[in-house]
Amino acid sequence: MTVKAQDAGSGGDDETRRDFLLLTTSIVGTAGVALSTWPFIDSMNPAADVLALSTTEVDLSSVEVGQSITVVWRGTPVFVRHRTEQEITAARAVDISTLRDPVPDEDREIKPEWLVLVGICPHLGCIPLGQKSGQPRGQWGGWFCPCHGSQFDTSGRIRKGPSPTNLVVPPYKFTDETSILIG
Amino acid sequence: MRVTPTLVSGLIAGLFLLSSVTPSPAAAAEMPEIEKRDWSFDGIFGSFDRTAQQRGYQVYNELCSGCHGLRLLTYRNLAALGYDEDDIKAFAAEYEVTDGPDEEGEMYQREALPSDHFVSPFANTNAARAANNGALPPDLSLIVKARKNGADYIYALLTGYGDTPDGRELPDGMYYNAAFPGHQIAMPQPLDDDAVEYADGTPATVNQMASDLTTFLAWTASPEMEARKLLGLKVMLFLLVFTAMLAAIKRKVWSRLH
Amino acid sequence: MSTHPVVKWIDERLPVFTFLNHELRDYPTPRNLNYWWNFGSIAGIVLVVLIGTGVMLAMQYTPHVNYAFDSVERIMRDVNYGWLLRYLHSNGVSMFFIAVYIHLFRGLYFGSYKSPREILWAMGVIILLLMMATAFMGYVLPWGQMSFWGATVITNLFSAIPLVGEEIVNWLWGGYSIGNPTLTRFYALHYLFPFLIFAVVFLHLVALHTVKSNNPLGIDATGPQDTIPFHPYYTAKDFFGFGVFFLVYLGFVFYAPDFFGEPDNYIPANPLATPPHIVPEWYFLPFYAILRAVPDIEVFGFVLITAKLAGVILMFGSILILFFLPWLDFSKVRSSRFRPIFKQFFWIFFADCLLLGWVGANPPEGFFVILGRIGTAFYFAYFIVIIPLIAYFEKPRPLPESISAEVLGGKEGGKS
Repeated sequence: MTVKAQDAGSGGDDETRRDFLLLTTSIVGTAGVALSTWPFIDSMNPAADVLALSTTEVDLSSVEVGQSITVVWRGTPVFVRHRTEQEITAARAVDISTLRDPVPDEDREIKPEWLVLVGICPHLGCIPLGQKSGQPRGQWGGWFCPCHGSQFDTSGRIRKGPSPTNLVVPPYKFTDETSILIG
Repeated sequence: MRVTPTLVSGLIAGLFLLSSVTPSPAAAAEMPEIEKRDWSFDGIFGSFDRTAQQRGYQVYNELCSGCHGLRLLTYRNLAALGYDEDDIKAFAAEYEVTDGPDEEGEMYQREALPSDHFVSPFANTNAARAANNGALPPDLSLIVKARKNGADYIYALLTGYGDTPDGRELPDGMYYNAAFPGHQIAMPQPLDDDAVEYADGTPATVNQMASDLTTFLAWTASPEMEARKLLGLKVMLFLLVFTAMLAAIKRKVWSRLH
Repeated sequence: MSTHPVVKWIDERLPVFTFLNHELRDYPTPRNLNYWWNFGSIAGIVLVVLIGTGVMLAMQYTPHVNYAFDSVERIMRDVNYGWLLRYLHSNGVSMFFIAVYIHLFRGLYFGSYKSPREILWAMGVIILLLMMATAFMGYVLPWGQMSFWGATVITNLFSAIPLVGEEIVNWLWGGYSIGNPTLTRFYALHYLFPFLIFAVVFLHLVALHTVKSNNPLGIDATGPQDTIPFHPYYTAKDFFGFGVFFLVYLGFVFYAPDFFGEPDNYIPANPLATPPHIVPEWYFLPFYAILRAVPDIEVFGFVLITAKLAGVILMFGSILILFFLPWLDFSKVRSSRFRPIFKQFFWIFFADCLLLGWVGANPPEGFFVILGRIGTAFYFAYFIVIIPLIAYFEKPRPLPESISAEVLGGKEGGKS
């Protein structure tokens, strides 16, 4: 008796029962295979030790008025500047419509005297100068990117140069009067 | 007699059982018998007793951390024992870690954060040996998996101290231990009755502390155990059902033949 | 399905569908294969799992002596499902060897190595050798005590080679002892070898499809009445086999993940402290016993061959001899079902392998020494003396008419 692959099912009730069994098994099997891919995919997500470093606490109590500090958050520099009255006034006196990336200064911080910005130029990723005394801050008194000449104001907004957008404000909150938690 | 897969599987299983029962003759002289105990984390449904873990952690802190590190653990891992964020932050802050270099190129000390690994008592193995007459107190992160008989052995070691049997000379600085291979160990008895005052009021007998500490160390070696067994249950149940379905299909398909 | 326009379009340009139909659907397979024939496909699927988990592990592992151990512990503790990937990989290796050893013994018992399957068999032996090299190098990567010292012992063996031994070992090590250069090169090769295994498995399957499968009766299929299409019969049976296999495999992964391992490998490697008992992983134990079985070979008080060199020669010889089996066993009858004497000695050989494994697990002292020597002597005598003698003298039982006659004649009626 020769058996061909196509013959391996003959008609009737048996076949319907087997088809149903085959169908449910295929569905269950596919579900099983799909579920088993999850550990492989999830293992590439940030691991517990990386997540533990996803937030950075910063103590602001030693940062004087007019002083800037740089902290590390998720491996990148973050600028924290304790702004002077003049810097705040200058930032707020600007006509928004003249800005390339128009955002009012009030929307860019929680407390007006504390400015928190990711210290990476949105143009091509260099770290702008202006954190240390003696470094150029550009004509708006904020930051100056040495790579291609982007200049940011005292609110971290782009005023001149190739950067299409302002310096990014990272997610942060005040955990108490003198501490912030970034991330 | 037909050799079927069942027969051979049975043979192999029997051999494995035999191998676990017969001691290797050459080693028997120095490998003491370790008593098998029931642990809450044994078996398919095993889990870590939280209160025992916390007590064990207290024992580690007060009696062991002076010499033994736990460097593979981070302070944030203590959340698994039921401690909250503030407790963990406060606990980590009691320790100092070296960080840097700073702007001047100097290394500096700062308070430990929850994300830091447990600070070891000694800077390196040479310092550890120098402080312990040449003996090296091993890091305890993996000790339960790094010793034959695991948790049973650790418990037996901690409770195995006693008077040196007659006729046996121990060199200076060595102590008699019934469970340690060779019966002489450089660590003096670490546990004494009431050496620790348990927060939950459990009497701190040597056996109690040994049991709690072993439970804690079983967790430091296998923190994934509960998640592993839980996922295992789901997977095995799925596979049992699925394999039964595959068996049914196989039988149906093959019934087509004559 | 086969006449779907898209399928036809692809197939005209790259005949994947014709190929799959021919090799996996219509492929004529003897109708009487038993469950011992499942282990080839089981080995194949374990290889896929090992490669899959291996690549994921490689993303998180650091191949440097100062970081390797800790990177594995990071995988176990911090990487999402890292413990699962690691345990799937370590237990997968044991499952791979179990499947391959059963697959090999099936071949021995049913004469699957005989003409025209000599090259099919040789491909299998090459796969085994590649597996052993891969497993050996992989075990070094966690950089535990056993990783380091097992590697030291085995690589030191090459110093037994006369004249150039020392140089070869330093070349292997990339230094004057096992160190970072050794670890990094083992990592590179451990990543490479499984793909070589994959390639030889492909050749193994091409050879198989050329000469077709053997079967428990060891007689050739004489026509379509003796065979059935691979699909759906053996696809269904193989999938069922996978189910049972994964139950065992995952049973270990979830509930006894360190069963096959050595506690000492949870201690970071210390080049200044040798563990009291250096043992390889279980699948190397019989070869370890053979390695240590031989004493110095002396002639008139003069050492002709050192124990070390003799051990190395015999250890490799114990695998290489498998290549010659199709010629050592020149009996025209394949299956042990019809070879009563051969069958008895097969089981003694199997027991001998288990004995050698047990000897390998123990220190080479006391009566283990003599057991090891008897076991090794029998191992080689089996291939070099016993098998040819049996092939010459044995009167085999009468072979059945055909597969279908045997299967349909009621003797095995419907039994699979």
